[in-house]
Amino acid sequence: MLAPRQRRQVTALLEVRDLEKRFSTGGLLRGARATVHAVNGVSFDLAPGETLGLVGESGSGKSTVGRVILRLTDASAGSVRFEGVDVFGLSGGELRAVRRRMQIVFQDPYSSLDPRMRAGPAVAEGLEIHRLLPPGAIAGRVAELFQEVGLDPSFSTKFPHECSGGQRQRIGIARALAVDPAFLICDEPVSALDVSVQAQVLNLLADLQRRRGIAFLFIAHDLAVVRQLAHRIAVMYFGRIVELAPAESLIRSARHPYTQALLSAVPEPDPSRQRTRIVLRGDPPRPTEPPPGCPFASRCFHQMKNERCLTELPPLRVVGESQVACHYAEYDSVKPAAISLLPSVPNPRLPTPNS
Amino acid sequence: MSDLLEVQDLRIRFPARGGGVSVPVDGVSLRLARGETLALVGESGSGKSLTALALLRLVPPPGVIDPASRIVLEGVNLLELQGEALRAVRGGRIGLVFQDAMTSLNPVISIGEQVRETVAAHRTLHGKEARERAVALLDEVGMPGASTRYRSYPHELSGGLRQRALIAIALAGEPDVLIADEPTTALDVTVQAQILELLDQLRTSRGMAVLLISHDLGLVAGRADRVAVMYAGQIVEEASTSRLFRSPSHPYTRALFGSIPRLDGAVDRLVPIPGAVPLPDAWPPACRFHPRCPEVLARCSVDTPPVVPLAPGEMSRCWLLVKGAK
Repeated sequence: MLAPRQRRQVTALLEVRDLEKRFSTGGLLRGARATVHAVNGVSFDLAPGETLGLVGESGSGKSTVGRVILRLTDASAGSVRFEGVDVFGLSGGELRAVRRRMQIVFQDPYSSLDPRMRAGPAVAEGLEIHRLLPPGAIAGRVAELFQEVGLDPSFSTKFPHECSGGQRQRIGIARALAVDPAFLICDEPVSALDVSVQAQVLNLLADLQRRRGIAFLFIAHDLAVVRQLAHRIAVMYFGRIVELAPAESLIRSARHPYTQALLSAVPEPDPSRQRTRIVLRGDPPRPTEPPPGCPFASRCFHQMKNERCLTELPPLRVVGESQVACHYAEYDSVKPAAISLLPSVPNPRLPTPNS
Repeated sequence: MSDLLEVQDLRIRFPARGGGVSVPVDGVSLRLARGETLALVGESGSGKSLTALALLRLVPPPGVIDPASRIVLEGVNLLELQGEALRAVRGGRIGLVFQDAMTSLNPVISIGEQVRETVAAHRTLHGKEARERAVALLDEVGMPGASTRYRSYPHELSGGLRQRALIAIALAGEPDVLIADEPTTALDVTVQAQILELLDQLRTSRGMAVLLISHDLGLVAGRADRVAVMYAGQIVEEASTSRLFRSPSHPYTRALFGSIPRLDGAVDRLVPIPGAVPLPDAWPPACRFHPRCPEVLARCSVDTPPVVPLAPGEMSRCWLLVKGAK
């Protein structure tokens, strides 16, 4: 088992290779037919007990990656191996067996929990479906699970609407834990919660990982939240991973201009330490009209940005400790090296080429 | 600075289940000067959005504003206004920007027309003049190609551009006060930064006062001059932004800081606030934060804490600041 925040090379639990997901839009009466590449060429490994943070803005494809891995939606291309088994080649009982080991916690447990099912039966459901325990032993196990997620076992008779947001999220986590997974996808698990409660759930997830050695794919838009749990962080933009690096190295010395912009946009709760603020101009490209070059070029502020960025798609390549998809990842994006977390001059506006 | 808007002892009552009364906003006082940004920060259910609606006399029924409350805009108590005078304030002298532009914009009218309608309703401009004014407003809020985008419908715009259209509508009445209620919560972080930047620019260029309502202390840090922290229907602390972040005086404010994940420094375990935010029909007695307070005293559950003035315009509602209270 991997202690939190230490990283070792361990055989991969999960191997994701060249994942693609295309959706068709439009068609009869709904405008022109078009294809959206929601996920494009995504590859990563996950070790047992490791947390990979998957960060991106809405529409970046981060949630789709999670859904494709679990086969909640079918991939258009690529492969996923879990504990050495090709997940896309499975069906029937074999698929059910793998799904037991891979679970998901959603952003809004209010819509993912059955409103007419009490919390106890909701948590017991997985145990029953996978026939993990004799019927007589289930109630005791459910009570243990409630305790493990910090809920009083008396909660088992409550309906979702009788619980607060934090309590519902704990029920969602207990439900996922019931079947003893090795891998848990957390899809924006705290973004619907109040800040005071968000910290409770983040600490709970950290404790569970320490205790059970579960690997997490932690999907979120907030880098400060992701940093709290992640060993490594992957940043997605327009369906692709644009940077993947050890968490602290990504936070301290991001190489992709988009990661730098994301970092600078995270609100800093200390006015005396306001960071250099990069305000991106322009919009991302339309999903139905992917540009031939770098998808970030339309908003990029890198001093070296040129014609090549508009015509040639930068591959994800190794630069230092990171993998980065930028032609000029070796160079500072602004002069002088201005993006840092050190206290800086108050709010200098960075000139951007397309402002 | 003289006060442009002053809220005194605002109290909003709703009938509660079982025949009682719940008071989701209970004695809120605020002052807002021209050209200043005041942030009203609180978690869900703290009463911050209801406070904003009350400033426009838009409290949804069956809620009522206590007649003893006062909302004074340059000497005029808004709670005494009726008819035309009230309309001149709503969307006129006080503009409002909501969180969710998709639901507050009309989906079947182009954004330009929606701005023009508001211009025509609040000013004496008509026809071509009103249209030109609408284009100018769209341009002022950074709508690229304003005269072309005039004809765009809300669904054709990105979230950030919809929010800009909404801000243009709020500006159409040439407001003195702009209330921005979670103006960036539905947006991606990079777009959020753009919108906050825009609000800042508009405040400076127009000399407006901005009431920025948010659940995110981090977000207001770089944007507000002063911060009022709400909990369970009351303001528990009010301070200049720099003082609040340097030395928060109320245990709730301190606890909020402990629970916010940060990008700087080492990754420490977060210190959550135990329990959950109480509901308006079940405010705890005496100090409303006492059941969750890490620094609670014996008397906190018995006696209501006083409002302790700390400096001009700064206060804290806590027994810890009263000498001899321990």
